[in-house]
Amino acid sequence: MSINQISVFLENKPNALQNMCEALAEGHIDMRALSLAEAGDFGIARIIVDKLYDASHLLKDAGFVCTVTPVVAAQIPDTPGGLGKVLAGLGTVGINVEYMYAFLGGHDAEHAYIIFKTADAAKATAALSAKGIIVLEQEDIEAL
Amino acid sequence: MERYYQPEIECASREEIKAMQDERIVKQIKHVWDNVPLYRKKMEEKGITPDDIKGIDDIYKLPFTSKADLREGYPYGLLAKPLSECVRIHSTSGTTGKRVMAYYTQHDIDLWYDCCARAITAAGGTKDDVVQVSYGYGLFTGGAGLDGGSHKLGCLTVPTSSGNTERQIMFIQDMKSTILCCTPSYAAYLGESMREMGLTPEDIPLKAGIFGAEAWSEEMRRDIEKTLGIKAYDIYGLTELSGPGVSFECSAQSGMHINEDHFYAEIIDPNTGEVLPEGSKGELVFTSLTKEAFPVIRYRTRDICQLKYEKCSCGRTHVRMAKPMGRSDDMLIIRGVNVFPSQIETVLLNRGYSPNYQIIVDRVNNTDTFEIKVELTPDMFTDNMGDIAKMQNQLVSDMRSMLGIGPKISLVAPKSITRSEGKAVRVIDKRKI
Repeated sequence: MSINQISVFLENKPNALQNMCEALAEGHIDMRALSLAEAGDFGIARIIVDKLYDASHLLKDAGFVCTVTPVVAAQIPDTPGGLGKVLAGLGTVGINVEYMYAFLGGHDAEHAYIIFKTADAAKATAALSAKGIIVLEQEDIEAL
Repeated sequence: MERYYQPEIECASREEIKAMQDERIVKQIKHVWDNVPLYRKKMEEKGITPDDIKGIDDIYKLPFTSKADLREGYPYGLLAKPLSECVRIHSTSGTTGKRVMAYYTQHDIDLWYDCCARAITAAGGTKDDVVQVSYGYGLFTGGAGLDGGSHKLGCLTVPTSSGNTERQIMFIQDMKSTILCCTPSYAAYLGESMREMGLTPEDIPLKAGIFGAEAWSEEMRRDIEKTLGIKAYDIYGLTELSGPGVSFECSAQSGMHINEDHFYAEIIDPNTGEVLPEGSKGELVFTSLTKEAFPVIRYRTRDICQLKYEKCSCGRTHVRMAKPMGRSDDMLIIRGVNVFPSQIETVLLNRGYSPNYQIIVDRVNNTDTFEIKVELTPDMFTDNMGDIAKMQNQLVSDMRSMLGIGPKISLVAPKSITRSEGKAVRVIDKRKI
């Protein structure tokens, strides 16, 4: 069980991110979470959106290079130690986190959400579920 | 079946070609001695007169002509016929200095168009073909030359000139153009645009393309042949000699046949000016044997290439020139190393990148900086930063082994490098030396 993240190639220059945001805004796409990674002359914007299909097509049509990547989204209580439990769940079964980012729960003030990328999304999901941690599906993200 | 436009000339024996050249060079030298003060002065300086030129083998005695000589002659300096005998001018783009004006009598125009008709025939063209000329029309010789050649052959000629890509594609489809003539970079761009419009090679009637006016690599040829579903032929020319059609490729695609009845080619050592033996790599030098209005004598092209005299499998006997490595004008010297844009293109296409790239050279703290902007293609992009870094490093190491110098590779978004409709702007040299 995993959700889909859109990774967008952005040149490292003024307005690159803004242009992407404008393209999404025009399509009435709401971002649930955003993370930026940079590597010198370019960067990758990783986003979780409410309308995945529309967003990926709209970005491609607007000339952006993007790809859809499966990632795992876990719900954690927004309290101290929440994230640690998730990571422990993964670490004990030998799953490495390649990158991760977090967002708070929108209308749901009780929880925070962690998005993370591992080599094997299914294995990570199973490990977390075994620990009683709630892992989100695409519909859950869209409904948030 | 190989077809020829003028088989008696294109397949003449080497003896017949030499006899033709012997006669023509004697006549040409007398003509320039009588009519062009600059040529007479240069010959006098070398202590020779037309009597010293008894045949083509005496050509080495003659002085060279440089681009600077032609520029200094602006506008009428090297004219060898009264203006009232001339019917046309063309000119170089003048991007590297003053323009060179080239003049043509009706006779010059006819012979030039014949050369282009030979090129179209060698690319498989007959009077039943529809030739779309997407070279620029105007002072540039590309449009006029292929247009004229197409008329000579009796082809339906579609003079779209350059630019307006969608209209070009519409004409290719609606006029059922079978032969496309343009610069290779524009052909690549048309191919890319067609693919974006969802067109496959089966949707377009093109069967051949005649591409020239800039240096391009074998890899770019394969790329264009694949995206347009055609056979791509190289054509070479210089405004100083007439325009396109000085030499052209045949079905063997193994060098370009020089129209030796009109243009005599030599390869020289660019440093010493010494004529090099057959097969050597050096600077290409041309003498126009038949031009009346604007003949050039031992003109140094600054193109680096090789000549091949053996008979071609196509049946033509005229000498073949290899694809020039690039004009020495295009050559960049970066940190003391000679870099030709065509080498960079080869590496990019080998690794599956777009042939649209830009070289940016600058000088910071007395050291040359060398950056190549490369467009990322959508199918190469991955979410993994490490994989992208690996691709970049791979490219740097490929460039280093090809050029002997490692550039900085900057990946940019697709289509962010301006497309050219004529000659591509590949190099931005910001050095102020």
